[in-house]
Amino acid sequence: MMAYVLRRLLYAIPILIGVNLLTFWLFFFVNSPDDMARMHLGMKRVTPAAIAQWKEARGFDKPLLLNREAAGVEKLTDTIFFRHSLRLFVFDFGRAEDNRDIRREIGERMGPSLAIALPSFLVGLLTYVSFALLLVFFRASYVDVWGVVLCVVLMSISTMFYVIGGQYLIGKLWSLVPISGYGDDGPGAIRFLLLPMAVGIAAAVGLRTRLYRTFFLEEINKDYVRTARAKGLNEWRVLFVHVLRNALIPILTGVVVVIPALFLGSLILESFFGIPGLGSYTIDAIHAQDFFVVRAMVFLGSVLYIVGLILTDISYMLVDPRVRLY
Amino acid sequence: MVPHILWTDVLIYLLLAVIAGFAVYASRHEHLRTPWRQVTRRPMAMGALVVLLAFVAVGLLDSVHYRPRLPGSATQTSSEVRSALDALLSPLRRRTEKTYSAPFATHAHGRETVLRPDGALARAYPRLLHGGAHLTDGESRLADILVKVATATGTVLLLWLPLAAWVAWRQRSPGDGWAGGWQRLWRGESELPWRTLLLTLVVLLAAIANLAWLSAYYHVLGTDQVGQDVLLKSLKSVRTGLVIGTLTTLVMLPFALFFGILAGYARGLIDDVIQYVYTTLSSIPDVLLIAAGVLSLQVYMAHHPETFDNVTTRADWRLLFLCLILGLTSWTGLCRLLRGEVLKLREADYVLAARSLGASHFAIMARHLLPNVMHIVLIAVVLDFSGLVLAEAVLSYIGVGVDPTMDSWGNMINGARLEMAREPMVWWTLGAAFLFMFTLVLAANLFADAVRDAFDPRLRR
Repeated sequence: MMAYVLRRLLYAIPILIGVNLLTFWLFFFVNSPDDMARMHLGMKRVTPAAIAQWKEARGFDKPLLLNREAAGVEKLTDTIFFRHSLRLFVFDFGRAEDNRDIRREIGERMGPSLAIALPSFLVGLLTYVSFALLLVFFRASYVDVWGVVLCVVLMSISTMFYVIGGQYLIGKLWSLVPISGYGDDGPGAIRFLLLPMAVGIAAAVGLRTRLYRTFFLEEINKDYVRTARAKGLNEWRVLFVHVLRNALIPILTGVVVVIPALFLGSLILESFFGIPGLGSYTIDAIHAQDFFVVRAMVFLGSVLYIVGLILTDISYMLVDPRVRLY
Repeated sequence: MVPHILWTDVLIYLLLAVIAGFAVYASRHEHLRTPWRQVTRRPMAMGALVVLLAFVAVGLLDSVHYRPRLPGSATQTSSEVRSALDALLSPLRRRTEKTYSAPFATHAHGRETVLRPDGALARAYPRLLHGGAHLTDGESRLADILVKVATATGTVLLLWLPLAAWVAWRQRSPGDGWAGGWQRLWRGESELPWRTLLLTLVVLLAAIANLAWLSAYYHVLGTDQVGQDVLLKSLKSVRTGLVIGTLTTLVMLPFALFFGILAGYARGLIDDVIQYVYTTLSSIPDVLLIAAGVLSLQVYMAHHPETFDNVTTRADWRLLFLCLILGLTSWTGLCRLLRGEVLKLREADYVLAARSLGASHFAIMARHLLPNVMHIVLIAVVLDFSGLVLAEAVLSYIGVGVDPTMDSWGNMINGARLEMAREPMVWWTLGAAFLFMFTLVLAANLFADAVRDAFDPRLRR
């Protein structure tokens, strides 16, 4: 298995170079560094000297890909691509527009993101699976039919409405929890997390319940289920032990891949609820047109996605002894 | 009046042509006719289709653009681009208030300093310029609204009943009278789900009639900060939602089809390269890739103002680009599905037969493989639609969606966030966006489910 993981990790390198090239092309070819300098210094009445200074401060006065004036290896290394894009590989993200170190910022903001994303992920998964099994338990009855209709209705509502509705009802009208904010003083901080968690879970409940229901229904007519019932097991045990275990593979396909990316947090939830995590960091960067932060997040996101894919394969092996990785 | 064709308009017409072509093709092939017939038998799907068609009609009306002539000039045209929908709704556009007003309000939402008849200044809620302006003081607003609702609904019912009767007449079995036809219709025993179709139609028509009739006297969904009618904004947003939902798939489809089939058919190095490209693209989180793309576009547009001379043109370019970049992110999923399917199909007997008869590789891909993966494409297209409409709202909120000057539900929601914090609360912009978006997405979801059930061979009974 180690060989498999190692090979997959090596295979990730060309993909990450591709990601790098793409963002590099978007940020440096579509727009020249001059354009970016003007954007940040103000559109009008920018002196060429100011632009040159801006570029020099950030090391953008070098050629993009190939430095013809340099000698030897420096032809390739003394360029913007090498100095800025390839450094991402050692997680050196450089500095943001406001001159703060992006890597440190990411390290600080990971905690809040994780504090909200991890519990909602776990509680959410439990909720969706339970609801789906409930629908399957009542399959081909009115509970099932109307349950599915309700799922379709719920998934037709935009996440934004769940957030705004939740904030208004629970936060403002009933005053159960604070509308937004974040505290890191231990137990007291939980009340800030309850609402975003509930909203995050509710927003996906329709889609995921319906999806898992189809996974379970695909298993329900198989021989082993009949055998289990014939043994005299009750329906709950059949569903929660036998069917659930066998339906794990399709469920894991969509679930495990997002686990590493939980660090990145949710853009919408964090910005609506004022949680100082990586999601709101990204949004702020987008609003401020901070290309460096966006580029760092793109790179980080791709890395975590690839790790997620590898984890998915490993999880297959764990739940299904027939799967071997090599 | 000079026709003015935007790029998205061109693509919308192209899409219509594609759909028409596909309809003709499907009607001539039994294996495509059967699943479509199955879709038409599903009551929910047909009801949803009626609603969808209403949205499409609004969107199409809003896709016929022109520049009005400047008054007093024979050749000069205004730089403002209008659509057929604008012309149709011009009364709504003209009837603007000063600022916020609630649905059906006759007085403004906020207090203002007004000059009383006796010359004194007072803080009061002033009368609206247009909303309920026909009412004299003391006349009941509720009675007026009820009379108008009753009139509009009654008129629609009068028009609808003959239609229903005609359908019932057509449904009667031989040797059976009217009563038999009605009974069949009412019990839902007809071949097409006429009961659902007729009921959806009457509800929809009544809603349209009521809105049209009432909005001539009131602001049915209120007005926004600059006093513009929210109903108008919601209707103008329909096109944006539809364009994002449909054009995105239209622009990505050729790539997904070509590369997906090619990768599966050619295998080897070509397969590796194509797989590398889509793995790279799909490894970037969608929102971030879109953000990166739109940020670059913003800078590009800021530095090339001469290409985007007009507000409408600029917004249109941005919309088109958003479709492109959304298509770039959603392209990979379909491509992977197609590759997998073609890998299976290329071993099929008919491919072998075609090859031994001397068919070229291109002919095999285009004539034999393409038609056999079309069901996957169709399912992907209809399932993607509602997700894309929802994504527009999120992207506009993040600030990488459509142009801020463009009417869209995302922009409405984004603006409404601050309005919700006002005291007293301004809820109707959010409510209107919710109403329209929810109706469209729900209808699309219901229709897409029926299409998937009919076309997915694994689900076919």
